[in-house]
Amino acid sequence: MELKDKLVSSFLAFEENLDPNDNLDTLRNEAIRNFETLGFPGRKDEDWKYTSLNSVLKHDYSVFPKKEDAIEYRDIKKYLIHDIDTYDLVFIDGIYSSHLSQTTHDKIDVCLMSAALNKDKYSAVIENYYNKVAPKTSLNSLNTAFAREGAFIHIHKNTQADKPIQIINFATGNESALMLQPRNLVVVDENSHVQIIERHQSLTDHPVLTNSVTEIFADKRAIVDYYKIQNDKASASLIDNTFINQKSESHVSVHTFSFGGKLTRNNLNFYQNGERIDSTMKGVTIIEDKQHVDHNTLVHHIEPNCESHQDYKGIFDDNSVGVFNGKVVVEKEAQKTNAYQSNNNILASDKATINSKPQLEIFADDVRCSHGCTIGQLDQEALFYLQSRGIPRKEARGLLMYAFANNVLESVKIPEVKKRINKLIASKLEVDLGFNL
Amino acid sequence: MLKVKNLHASIEDKEILKGINLEIKPGEVHAIMGPNGSGKSTLSSVIAGREEYEMTEGEMMFEGEDLNELDPEERAHKGVFLSFQYPVEIPGVSVTNFIKTAINSHRKAKGQPDMPANDMLKMIREKSEMLEIDRKFLSRSLNQGFSGGEKKRNEIFQMAMLEPKLSILDETDSGLDIDALKIVANGVNKLRSKDNAVLLITHYQRLLDYIVPDYVHVLVDGKIVKSGGKELAYELEERGYDWVKQETV
Repeated sequence: MELKDKLVSSFLAFEENLDPNDNLDTLRNEAIRNFETLGFPGRKDEDWKYTSLNSVLKHDYSVFPKKEDAIEYRDIKKYLIHDIDTYDLVFIDGIYSSHLSQTTHDKIDVCLMSAALNKDKYSAVIENYYNKVAPKTSLNSLNTAFAREGAFIHIHKNTQADKPIQIINFATGNESALMLQPRNLVVVDENSHVQIIERHQSLTDHPVLTNSVTEIFADKRAIVDYYKIQNDKASASLIDNTFINQKSESHVSVHTFSFGGKLTRNNLNFYQNGERIDSTMKGVTIIEDKQHVDHNTLVHHIEPNCESHQDYKGIFDDNSVGVFNGKVVVEKEAQKTNAYQSNNNILASDKATINSKPQLEIFADDVRCSHGCTIGQLDQEALFYLQSRGIPRKEARGLLMYAFANNVLESVKIPEVKKRINKLIASKLEVDLGFNL
Repeated sequence: MLKVKNLHASIEDKEILKGINLEIKPGEVHAIMGPNGSGKSTLSSVIAGREEYEMTEGEMMFEGEDLNELDPEERAHKGVFLSFQYPVEIPGVSVTNFIKTAINSHRKAKGQPDMPANDMLKMIREKSEMLEIDRKFLSRSLNQGFSGGEKKRNEIFQMAMLEPKLSILDETDSGLDIDALKIVANGVNKLRSKDNAVLLITHYQRLLDYIVPDYVHVLVDGKIVKSGGKELAYELEERGYDWVKQETV
């Protein structure tokens, strides 16, 4: 049976097993019908022209994982940012692991989506925000139909979250193939601040397909810094759907570090519903073998005096494929918009591919929109310069690529995250970091 | 130290060097002068191992070893250093970290452990003071946004750190004002010893007032057409390159 049919026919059984308090019945039913109508996106869809899901849809995924399997902290420690104090939301095969997590309800709510969905205390927030910014695409609908668990984060007015929050989804490989539908909701009230780190990690080589949806609401003057670390095994694929609704004077940044996984697709949309908003999207992609990473971004400038900054860098080796599709829409009312987009790529092998497509739709006449895209090889003169100082070619290449990617890290605000990413980049490029650049 | 015999070299099938003979012994300073397009920079590139240039004939021996068989980094490890005419800007790599990496690459090639951090710092301090280089300058990205003079001074700083046997200074005087030129020349002079040698490549005689050569060679159209002592440089300055060209016809 095809995956789509299997998912649609599983829905009835899924619904029967839901918590009787689940209030999303109507929403789920609508969503599964929408998914049934649309099906998985194909290459005929303009947004999926360069990324085919065929190779990841062929597995016989288990949709309902078994009960949580115990994992010891020492086995997963390396996947966490563990040298600083954090709140942790850890999920194992889609199920919350209480003994690996640290939640709070002290001034801020950092807890489970399942709890938020079923408790009256949160019903107002769920009603106001749940599924309110995610567009009704087939993949979002699929997630909405089946989503039961994920992170629920609510930062109340005038509050700064006292430590960063980590959201980590592990796949144990207990199932021969597993599909996950995590669902996160982040609501940051007026004048509040939060930092979030998200990671998906498979612990074995069994195929995993994660179709994740995250909705972020940044109210007036809110600051949200979101870091996505994508360094999964070659058997794991991720479709990350992240949607951000911003109000006046809010600043939201999303950094995406893609170093591993079979196929990774990042759908990242920003909607600016207010003035003097700043939206920042940065990414570093370093992949090899047959890995595939696709960044599909949208910034919707709706009101005047807002800014957006996009800076994506990629290094593609072997037969790897990169896609960057960055769409910027500036509405007629959005005068004085300042939108900046840059996508720079290095092809480290003759067989690697990058498809880069900026899309600007500008309806206002007093705006500054710039975009630039480069695809090239390493600078041969720089390579010779380093070699002539005695640095062997291989290390010289690594050093140059490291320097190329590294400057995206300047805007990372958590030093430990910066350090970790630095190390990941260095190890990917086989650069010996006996120093900090 | 360096023996170049009948060296022919081409770039993209265009012959630039047409039979160069040159011998440099330890302790000597040689200057190669010549008009634009005579092949001066090509000669320095070929000795340092720039890939685009192909040696088509002749030989190039450095302390008994065939340089043409070696990669640029291996030549550097043997003691060949090229001060670039146009040093490359490398954003994201600081001067200090670059020089640390270079020094430890040299040591690794010789089977030595990394230089202890304290020794490294001490050496960096000494050499940067000698060249009157500001400490702040060392934490900046390599050559990025440097003035012409800063770039050249940085090249000589690297030379001082790496202590090469043969230093090739390609148009090191270009882009330098007279004060910077004196500092750079002074640095080069301090680094001279009976065991190392310098090959100066220059268009003008100016640099040779400060770094006095033992031999001057005139390169025209890919060949050394005249060699002599330091007085040859003055003669050239006075009479121009046309004089040598005419004389050789």
